[in-house]
Amino acid sequence: MAGAKEIRGQIKSIKNTQKITKAMEMVAASKMRKAQDRMLATRPYADKIRQVMGHVAMAHAEYRHPYLEEREVKRVGIIVVSTDRGLCGGLNINLFKKTVQTMTEWRNQGAEIELCLIGNKALGFFRRLGGEVVANVGNLGDRPRLNDLIGTVKVMLNHYDEGRIDRLILMENEFVNTMSQQPKVTTLLPIVPTGEQALKHHWDYIYEPDTVPVLDTLLTRYIESVIYQAVVENVACEMAARMVAMKSATDNAGDLIHELQLVYNKARQAAITQEISEIVGGAAAV
Amino acid sequence: MAMTFHVDIVSAEESIYSGTAHMLVAPAEQGEVGILPRHSQFVALLKPGEIRVRVSDSGEEHHIFISGGLLEVQPHVVTVLADTAVRAKDLDEAEALEAKQRAEDALANRRADFDYAKAQSELIEAAARLRMIQKLRKNTNQ
Repeated sequence: MAGAKEIRGQIKSIKNTQKITKAMEMVAASKMRKAQDRMLATRPYADKIRQVMGHVAMAHAEYRHPYLEEREVKRVGIIVVSTDRGLCGGLNINLFKKTVQTMTEWRNQGAEIELCLIGNKALGFFRRLGGEVVANVGNLGDRPRLNDLIGTVKVMLNHYDEGRIDRLILMENEFVNTMSQQPKVTTLLPIVPTGEQALKHHWDYIYEPDTVPVLDTLLTRYIESVIYQAVVENVACEMAARMVAMKSATDNAGDLIHELQLVYNKARQAAITQEISEIVGGAAAV
Repeated sequence: MAMTFHVDIVSAEESIYSGTAHMLVAPAEQGEVGILPRHSQFVALLKPGEIRVRVSDSGEEHHIFISGGLLEVQPHVVTVLADTAVRAKDLDEAEALEAKQRAEDALANRRADFDYAKAQSELIEAAARLRMIQKLRKNTNQ
């Protein structure tokens, strides 16, 4: 009897857990859709900036902005975009593994590393692992705002301007689809001109106030928007990963309940059989 | 046929406005500029202010507030790359310092448990606000 009661308690507690994971799954699913929309909404800005940059760069080939110039790499700045909260499967761990791998590669080439961490999970990880962290920001929530990132990005851009770092790398999660998110390494600085920037026809603008400040602003805004995009994409990744993780947790809880139910039924039946045989035995004795 | 051009106003976070217009007035750094169709290629930095988009002949206008940004003009397409917040050099600098501070503090408490870290970050935020207020007071006293 005691066995059956214990099992019943266990089943109940698993059912409660299942309710929680189920709720988390549904919340993540609805948040994911919103995050995806937000992800798409950030695209036009970066595309437009890239276009304008292309035109300006074509028209002023003689002006070489430091952001466009390749230099010898002695120090590398790495920006890691992670989530604030856990329970999202291997999303963060996969990214950190890739980050550590990238860091090792650069160290082997004799470069020093400094880190800029976005999200609480990255901070927790690198606090344990060690590493030179120069800037960090966390608690961005489900709707990250560019405002919250400006300072953090500025630290890295300043270091690049001062020559403290010669390359800026962004570690982010790429949203492939709901089931899969890939860690991705992107070089932010120097900006490497790609083939698509070779425009068919180009023109020069009239500038106000002047070419240089306009280009400076453009480049800074561009870097910021790329990082912001990564952060927004990371939220979508987080929600998708959490949804999948919670779905499998709910399924596992279901399996566990099913097995326990069988054990419970057996225990209950055994108890009843025993009781009947006791009664029959008692009646026969009378 | 009245001449029109296409206007896109986008920020890093979202698309704010998209449509055709007869005229657009924007607050450029060196004074307001009015853009009509077939304006030659033009790029200007914008300061915080109001963008007016005239959408019909009768003078109907949309007013959109932006906190600075960049204006790009092509003969038939005008794009405004709007900033999402008021950007000032010293304000950006303050934010940068804050981010640095956060990192230093976070590392100083290497063995701190999670709740402690949270409390710490709240403390930093409060301290930063205080700094900001002090700075503002100093500026107003001058």
